[in-house]
Amino acid sequence: MNQVNNFTKGFFKENPILVLLLGTCPTLAVTSSAINGLGMGLATTFVLFMSNIFISVVKDFVPDKVRIPAFVVVIASFVTVVDLLMQAYTPALSNQLGIFIPLIVVNCIVLGRAEAFAAKNNIFSSFIDGLGMGLGFTMALVVIGSIREILGAGSIFGYKFIAESADGILVFILAPGAFITLGFLIAILKKMNKSS
Amino acid sequence: MEYIIIIISAIFVNNIVLAQFLGICPFLGVSTKTETAIGMGASVLFVMTLATIVTYLVQVYVLFPLNLAFLQTISFILIIAALVQMLEIILKKVSPPLYQALGIYLPLITTNCAVLGVAILVIKKDLNLMESVVFTVATALGFALALVIFSGIREQLALADVPKGMKGIPIALVTAGILALAFMGFAGLV
Repeated sequence: MNQVNNFTKGFFKENPILVLLLGTCPTLAVTSSAINGLGMGLATTFVLFMSNIFISVVKDFVPDKVRIPAFVVVIASFVTVVDLLMQAYTPALSNQLGIFIPLIVVNCIVLGRAEAFAAKNNIFSSFIDGLGMGLGFTMALVVIGSIREILGAGSIFGYKFIAESADGILVFILAPGAFITLGFLIAILKKMNKSS
Repeated sequence: MEYIIIIISAIFVNNIVLAQFLGICPFLGVSTKTETAIGMGASVLFVMTLATIVTYLVQVYVLFPLNLAFLQTISFILIIAALVQMLEIILKKVSPPLYQALGIYLPLITTNCAVLGVAILVIKKDLNLMESVVFTVATALGFALALVIFSGIREQLALADVPKGMKGIPIALVTAGILALAFMGFAGLV
């Protein structure tokens, strides 16, 4: 039961983007389509649970004073792994996400979970926590990406449902749409949390 | 002439916050007062320029010759973190007034993705050292400009009658969206 809670808290109660407001940069930048959001979310999820596992293994050997730099090196290593894998196997997606893959290193969610959870808990809980948080992050990215893609391009996961020659509301795939969509989404969630 | 194009494009057309989405955390976090916005802008200018020069030299003279380009992410983040720490110590000793002004922003800058982002962008764009410095300074000025404008708007916004659910971050994000819309007007400039 405890592990179930541990897993699901990342989706709603402590959703990193919509509730905790961590990792806003990649959220805004890569959600111009649902598929980009999914790719970025899964890449971050991989880094999150791998670094969570690794940090919870080494936590007893790392002196407290150099904790943060040590964690950052661990995270950066896994980010490099993801970056190289994506360049090799999904070059198109890797090209689309561009600079935001190496920037997973400075995503506050990853270091935040390492510091707040993996440094204090055992391997299995840390793995579950990383996976839950990562999938919660992915879910939020896919939701935002879908909204923007539906409104902006009239398509979903690349499948166009309006007439071929018609355009969507272009502004939603451009930069301003990212800010506005996230703003309204957070407002709606706040309202729902209050009324329940 | 080339430098002028780099400067205009980095400040207005490809504004780092409003068009490239780097450094959103400080953009939302420290933009409630104009005074702190200016302090943060100045610190970012300072750190970003230094960091890019160092990471550029490391990349060109250490990582490329040794075929270690895959260590870019790890080495850059360590360099930036070490640089910020060193800067904090040096400023404390050499110039207490400057430390007073910038001190509280320095630790926040390590986790500012704009600094690492620009360091990587410069390598990706294949700029030379002089162009990199110009690009970095202009980018940081663009960051400061966006931050100061936004803080001015938010000071007014604090007095406005906003619907309850939209208060705080949601309305700030919508405002940032409108600001980004305004900056899109520069798109045809270069």
